[in-house]
Amino acid sequence: MSTNNPFADGTDDIERKRQIGRVFVGICFASTLVGIVALVALLADVIYESWGWVTWEFLTYPPSQVVENFLPDGRGAGIYPAIVGSIFLIALTAVFTIFLGVGAAVYLEEYAADSQLKSFIEANIANLAGVPSIVYGLLGLAIFVRGIQLGSSLIAGALTLTLLILPIVIVSTQESLRSVPDSQRQAAYGVGATQWQVIRDVVLPRALPGIMTGTILSLSRAIGETAPILMVGAATSLFVSPDSLTAPFSAMPMMIFEWATLPEPEFQHVAAAGIVVLLTILLLMNAVAILIRNKYDPRS
Amino acid sequence: MTTNGGGSRTVSTPESSGSRSDATMTDNAPLGSPRVDDAVIESRGLDVFYGDDQALHGIDMDIPERKVTALIGPSGCGKSTFLRSINRMNDLIDIARVEGDLRFHGKNVYDDDVDPVALRRKIGMVFQKPNPFPKSIRDNVAYGLRVQGKDDGDVDAKVRTALERAALLDEVEDQLDSSGLDLSGGQQQRLCIARAIAPDPEVILMDEPASALDPVATSKIEDLVEELSEEYTVVIVTHNMQQAARISDKTAVFLTGGHLVEFDDTNKIFENPESDRVEDYITGKFG
Repeated sequence: MSTNNPFADGTDDIERKRQIGRVFVGICFASTLVGIVALVALLADVIYESWGWVTWEFLTYPPSQVVENFLPDGRGAGIYPAIVGSIFLIALTAVFTIFLGVGAAVYLEEYAADSQLKSFIEANIANLAGVPSIVYGLLGLAIFVRGIQLGSSLIAGALTLTLLILPIVIVSTQESLRSVPDSQRQAAYGVGATQWQVIRDVVLPRALPGIMTGTILSLSRAIGETAPILMVGAATSLFVSPDSLTAPFSAMPMMIFEWATLPEPEFQHVAAAGIVVLLTILLLMNAVAILIRNKYDPRS
Repeated sequence: MTTNGGGSRTVSTPESSGSRSDATMTDNAPLGSPRVDDAVIESRGLDVFYGDDQALHGIDMDIPERKVTALIGPSGCGKSTFLRSINRMNDLIDIARVEGDLRFHGKNVYDDDVDPVALRRKIGMVFQKPNPFPKSIRDNVAYGLRVQGKDDGDVDAKVRTALERAALLDEVEDQLDSSGLDLSGGQQQRLCIARAIAPDPEVILMDEPASALDPVATSKIEDLVEELSEEYTVVIVTHNMQQAARISDKTAVFLTGGHLVEFDDTNKIFENPESDRVEDYITGKFG
C-alpha cells in the first residue's frame, strides 16, 4: 500500500511554486546584502583613513591656524570648537523641537476636530518633511539671519535646524499619540477626568517613548546636516567655542567639509577622523533612542 | 426582584413628574413595564445617530435606584450605545448625535448647562476589556480621586475601601505598589471596578464586564455586581442571558435596529415575556 501516495494527485506543481519562493528569498537577501556591504565598506574606509588620527589632542584643540600643521602629534588640527558648537546646536534644537513639535502634534491629534483644513495641514506637514535641507537653509538665512537680525549665530542655526526636523517630529509624535489605545483614554474619561487631565496623565506618558525615539532620531539627522548651517553661515575655522546664543559657531559637518576640500592629502585623514567623531556621537544618540524605546515599551 | 411586576405602568416619581409628559409614551414605548417607582435615570424618546445611521430609536425606559438593570440583546442592537449615552461617553465620538431626553434625577444630561465631566463623576463606568493604567494598583484606584480633587486626606484608606468593596483587597493587600498590569484578567477587571467606585459615584455602568474573562473570574464579577447594588445603581450590558437572569432585577431587551422591545422585572422577562420576539430571543431561537 505504501506506493499509493494519497497526496500525489498531480493537479498542482507544488515544487515549482516552492522554487519561485526560493528565488524571491534570494532577491530579498541580495538587497539586504547591498545595504550591509555598503555600510561596512564605508565604515572600514573611514576607520582605515582615520587610524591614529583620532587622538586626545584632536578632540581637545581648535583647528590649526597653520595649514601644514595637521599632524596628530603635537598641536595639530583639532575639532574641539566644532564638537562644542554641534552639541550646543543640537541641544538648542532639541528644546525648540520638543516644545513646537509635540505641541503641534498634540493639538492636531487630540484637540483639532476632523476637518478638511486639518487634512490639508497634515498633508502639507508630510510634504514639508520631504523638502531638501538646503531650502530650509535659505529660509533660515532669509528669516533668522537677515529678517530678525540674528546674524550667523548659534541660535539662527538652531532655529533653522528646528524648521528642518519639525515636520518629521510632528508626524512621528502624531503616530505615537495615535498608538495610545482608546481604552486607556476612556478609562480616564470614565472616572471624570477632563480632556487636559486625560492627555497629561494617560496619553502623554504612554506616548512618551515613541515621542522620544522619533525626536532623538530626528535630532541625529539634524546633527549631521551641512547644507542648512552652511547657508546660515556657520564658520569653518573657528578657534574658540561659542559662548553665547548669538555667538558665531562652527559645527562638525562644516569642519569635515572644510578639511575635505583642503589640497594637502594629509587632511583627508583629518577629515576621516572628524567623520569618526561625528558618527560616534550619532550612534550614541541612536543607542539612547533604542534604550528609551525598550525601557518604556509597555509590551515588554 | 421588587417594585411592580406584571404589565402595569407605574406613576412617575414626584421630582420628575413636572417635566414628564405622557405624550412621550409613544409608539416607541416598549412592552412590559417601562416605568418604575424609584427611577434614578429616565430615558424619554432617546435617539442616537452615528452620522446618518440611527443606532437607537426612541428609547423609553426607567432605571431604578440601587438595583441591577441588565441590557440584553444581539450584537448591534444598540445596548452598548444606550449605556454610553447615559454618561455621555458617546460625546467622544465625533459623529455621534443624540436627540430626546435622558434624565438623571430629573435633569436632562444633554442640557447645555450639564458638564459631561461632572456627569461622569456621578456615573462611573467599567469597560468590556479590563483597562487598568500602567501604574501601581494604588495609583490606579486613586486616579479618580486625584482627577476629581478628592485626594486630600487619607487616600490610602479610600483606596483600601474601594478595593475591599471590589472584593480585591485580600488578594492584593501586600502589593499595592506593584503594577496593575501584573494582575490576572479577572483581578484587573475588579481593579477597574475599584477605580470606578473609589470616588463614590451613584451609578455604575458596566459594558459586558465579564465577556473577556474565564468562568471563575466571571462568577466573581457576578457576585460583586449583586453586592454593589446594595449601595449603587448598576446598569450592566451583557450578551450572556444566563448572566442577566442571575444577577439583574430588571431586564431591558434590545433587538436588532436599535429598538427597546421589552422592559420588565427580570423574572417576568425570562419566564413570561409579552413579546414573541423576546421569547424567541431568550429561548435561543435567534440572536
